[in-house]
Amino acid sequence: MQELVNRAKELLADGTVARVLGWKAGDLPYNPEPAYFETAEALEDFVYNGFCGANLSKYMIEASKLEGKTMVCLKPCDTYSFNQLLKEHRVDREKAYIVGVGCKGKLDIEKIRGKGIKGIELIEGAELTEEAEILKIQTIYGDKTCAYADAMLERCHVCKGKEHMVYDELIGDSKETKDGDRFDEVARIEAMSPEEKFAFFQNELSKCIRCNACRNACPACSCRKCVFDSTKFDSAQKANADSFEEKMFHIIRAFHVAGRCTDCGECSRVCPQGIPLHLFNRKFIKDIDELYGEYQAGADTESKAPLTNYTFEDAEPSIVGKRG
Amino acid sequence: MSLENKEFKPKIVAFCCNWCSYAGADLAGSSRLTYPADVKIIRVPCSCRVNPMFILRAFEKGADGVIMCGCHPGDCHYSTGNFYARRRMTLLFSMLDYIGVENGRTRVEWVSAAEGVKFSDTMNSFVEKIYSLGENVRLGDLRCKN
Repeated sequence: MQELVNRAKELLADGTVARVLGWKAGDLPYNPEPAYFETAEALEDFVYNGFCGANLSKYMIEASKLEGKTMVCLKPCDTYSFNQLLKEHRVDREKAYIVGVGCKGKLDIEKIRGKGIKGIELIEGAELTEEAEILKIQTIYGDKTCAYADAMLERCHVCKGKEHMVYDELIGDSKETKDGDRFDEVARIEAMSPEEKFAFFQNELSKCIRCNACRNACPACSCRKCVFDSTKFDSAQKANADSFEEKMFHIIRAFHVAGRCTDCGECSRVCPQGIPLHLFNRKFIKDIDELYGEYQAGADTESKAPLTNYTFEDAEPSIVGKRG
Repeated sequence: MSLENKEFKPKIVAFCCNWCSYAGADLAGSSRLTYPADVKIIRVPCSCRVNPMFILRAFEKGADGVIMCGCHPGDCHYSTGNFYARRRMTLLFSMLDYIGVENGRTRVEWVSAAEGVKFSDTMNSFVEKIYSLGENVRLGDLRCKN
C-alpha cells in the first residue's frame, strides 16, 4: 500500500494527475470508502486492504468530466468494467491514469459475521503486505481468528483472473483465488422444478427494500436517465407494493445490463439485504454463452454486445422449453 | 372465494407485428378460420417494438399467457427487427423460466401475411396450452385479479 501512496504522491507532485481516486479509511476497520485525494496530505487517509471491494470504474464517468487527469486504482476485475464503459463512450481514456492494483481476494464482512464473530474492533491480516492466510480479529468478546479464504466475497471464489485488461502501470502482487465455477449455483437452480424455483426467488426477493443500491453501484447501469426514475414506470422510486414488483424490478435491472454485465459482483456486494443478485446476471451470461457463443463483456473495446448483434441461424425462443 | 364454480377463462395477449402477423390475423378472419376469443391482439409496428417490459406488464395486469408474432426471420419489413427481438425474447423467456414461471405461458411464433391458417392453428394450440396450465398466479398483481 505504501508503494501505491508514494506513486500517487509523485504523480500529484509532477502534475501528471490532478487527483487520485482510491479508498479512504472509514469509521470502522472494515468499511473503507471510495474517495478523491487532491493533495499529498489528504493521501495520509488512503487505504488499500482486503475490504476495498468497491469497483471504482463507475466513478470515472464523473471524473471524466473534471479538469485534468485522474489517477484511478483498479483491481483486475474492475478493469473489465472500465473497458465496457470505454466501449460505450461513458468514460474518457485520456482523462484516466490507470494504476492496476494487485488483488488477493476481497473480504466480505457479512461472511465473518456469519461465523458468529460479532462486536469487531480490529482486524489484522486484511492488509495486503504479507501473505494473508489467517485474519486475526479483535472483538469486544475476545480475540477470534478466521481463515482469509473463508471470509472472501463470493465473486472472488469464481474470479475471472488476475490479469488487468487495461492499465498504465501495475503496482502490487496478486494471488489466484478461484476455487469454483461461477455457473454452479445457476445450474443448481435451473435443475429445480418450477415450484421450487419460484419459492427460492420469492424467498430471496421478498427481502428487497428497493434501496436501489444495486443499480447505483453497478458500473454497467449508468444511463443518464434511468427507467426506475421515471414517474410513468410502475415501481419507480418506491417500496415494492406486491410480490410482482419485487420480481419485475430485478428482472428489468438484470435485463438492462444483459450482454454488458462484466460479472463484477458489485450488486451482490452492496445489497444490504444480502440478496444474491448476481444469480440474475449470471443466468443471462450463461444463456448468452450457450446460445450465442462465449462472450466476456469488457474483455475488449471493439466486439459487438450480444443483444445488439444477431445471426440468421440464432436459436428460436422455443429452445427455452426444449432445454428443460 | 367463489372461484370453484366459476369457469376459467384465460386472458391471452398476442403482440402482432403490423406487416405480417396482424395481416395474417386479418386473413384468418376473412378466410372464416376460427380462433378463441380469449386472445386479445395488440398491434405493434414491428416485433422488435415489444419491450420485455410489455410482456411483464401483461402478466402483471392479469394475463395468463403472452404470445408474440412477427414476420419470419429474414422477412422483416425493417430488415432486421425480428432478429433482435428473437434474441431478446429468448433471454427473457429463459429468465421467466428461471424464476419459476412455466415456459408454456410464453411463446414466439413467426406468422406471415399469407399464413392465416398458421395464425389460427397457433392461437388454438396456445390457448389449449394455457387452459392446461390454468390461471397464472405467479406473476400477477393481486389487485388486478377479480
